[in-house]
Amino acid sequence: MIGQTATSDVILRTERVSKQFGKFTALKDITAEFRRGAITSIIGPNGAGKSTYFNLLSGAFPPTSGQVEFEGRDVTGLPQHKFAHMGVAKSFQITNVFPQLSTHENIRVALQALSSRYNIWTPRTSYKDLVVQADELLHRVGLWSRRGRLAGTLAHGEQRALEIGMALASHPRLLLLDEPTAGMSPEETRVMMDLIVQLAQERTVILVEHKMKLVMGISDRLLVLHHGELLAEGTPADIRRNETVKRVYLGQREH
Amino acid sequence: MHEASHISEPLAAAPRHRASWFELARQHRVLLSSAFLLAFPLVMPFTALAVNILIYGLYALGFNLLFGYLGLLSFGHAALFGTGAYLCGIAIVHFGMPWYAAIVVGVLGGVAMAAAIGVLAIRTRGIYFAMVTMALSQCVYYLFYQAIDWTGGENGLRGINVREISIFGLKFDFIDPLTRYYVVAAFVILALIFLSRILASPFGAVIEAVRENEARARASGYNVTATRLIAFILSGAFCGLAGALQALHLSIVPIEIMHYETSGLAVMMSLLGGMGTFFGPFVGAAVFLLLENLVSLWTVHWQLFVGAVFMVCVLFFPKGIWGTLLQRVQK
Ligand SMILES: Nc1ncnc2c1ncn2[C@@H]1O[C@H](COP(=O)(O)OP(=O)(O)O)[C@@H](O)[C@H]1O
Ligand SMILES: [Mg+2]
Repeated sequence: MIGQTATSDVILRTERVSKQFGKFTALKDITAEFRRGAITSIIGPNGAGKSTYFNLLSGAFPPTSGQVEFEGRDVTGLPQHKFAHMGVAKSFQITNVFPQLSTHENIRVALQALSSRYNIWTPRTSYKDLVVQADELLHRVGLWSRRGRLAGTLAHGEQRALEIGMALASHPRLLLLDEPTAGMSPEETRVMMDLIVQLAQERTVILVEHKMKLVMGISDRLLVLHHGELLAEGTPADIRRNETVKRVYLGQREH
Repeated sequence: MHEASHISEPLAAAPRHRASWFELARQHRVLLSSAFLLAFPLVMPFTALAVNILIYGLYALGFNLLFGYLGLLSFGHAALFGTGAYLCGIAIVHFGMPWYAAIVVGVLGGVAMAAAIGVLAIRTRGIYFAMVTMALSQCVYYLFYQAIDWTGGENGLRGINVREISIFGLKFDFIDPLTRYYVVAAFVILALIFLSRILASPFGAVIEAVRENEARARASGYNVTATRLIAFILSGAFCGLAGALQALHLSIVPIEIMHYETSGLAVMMSLLGGMGTFFGPFVGAAVFLLLENLVSLWTVHWQLFVGAVFMVCVLFFPKGIWGTLLQRVQK
């Protein structure tokens, strides 16, 4: 059973979730809550288990043990595609678009997932509202000028932006982003962080990042993972003061 | 009827002015394909062979929906083609049904068999899917082989004698090869219209998305397993229709129709013509059957020859004959 905190201000929580890959324990007994409307960042060095935790939160695979609860509902082991319909969207650590489809079609397909997907007769272009919404989203993520280009030919930063556009297509209440600035130039990173802050005004954002400095400024709360365990949790100020966290991060170079 | 392109947005990747007529052709692919098939007997003197090309082209087209557009390699499509043929034949021979009702029975048979095989196989992936579909289609082979009372066993199902086809009071002599060609072509054109609508539809977009990136499709909210199953069943409808037409054409259903070699034919024809192209399956069927017919005139080892052509094609033209042509023209 899960604790007694009022559910309305908690959008997502995990109760003692663990993940084993064979004999290897990637994640151990993580109990945590994510507040609605906040930006919560999951930080930790490479290999800490951030992506594994992220995958549990976003339904990519179920935990070996423990429970995931979204808006008061047990969603442990629910198939991945149901998460989008519940209002949870994500972008992957490794860029993940539909490379042979146009930029516009990438977003239109994502939009379509919530409405007309099993129609096999009406031309897809006749769903004009989806075409218009896709164009709006293209503007939103700054890809309007790339509308007709094949997604696979976009620059890396543009593909990441496209992925965010696709995630927004389902009007998610919860947006999960795994290292959204991975591999980006400083300029692209700045644009992306601005976009994330802007998006967070209308929805809950959970951000995975190994570069602690990057998220300190924008996060309301931070979770620090290390060797698959929850090392610390709190506001950026709490985390900055935390001696254990300092030691972990001093032990390795930031890049 | 206006058939929209399956890529809903103009692709600015290619310069617009040069690609525009190509885009126009793409938008009217049903019209162009149909026109070609209607004119085909004029350049193809062996009408019986032309009918074979139509039927196998349709069979490869059904296979290509799964293989080319969704990226799922089945090695059990003989069961879908064969079930369509047997059920059409049984409807006529054992139940005395009229030809058009028998075709419907054949299509439904293909659909039902695809649903049965699909439900069992769809969760496996890659080479395992190919193997499971092949194993299941072998089971179907034996099932039909053993049901001698219904299928004639190894002698095949005989006596599917359709001599006359009447449509809205008009009577056509089905024995006449050219008439037969156009009757079959009419069904093939209906299938082309249906395929084009599927590809242009929202579900066609889902098929592309799943082929392009399964994980992303899932995260976007698509049930990948359900998508595959639906595509497999749709594929079964096309292959069932092809089988039914084959039964009418041959007036017998030989048990070999269920053999795994028939499954291999679909793979070969799709690859030869160009996987994931609209008209490629017909090109593949035509090249394969023409080679088979011509080369077997001077050597019994025609399979060696066809095999060599197939290897060259796969190695040097991975997009197939039609796919490579389209690519050249587009540039
Ligand atoms: N699918 C998997 N199979 C086996 N081990 C895995 C798998 N995914 C992750 N791991 C291991 O789990 C640990 C945590 O990985 P991950 O969650 O990707 O870390 P992070 O995202 O924090 O860098 C690593 O040691 C990694 O090698
Ligand atoms: Mg990671």
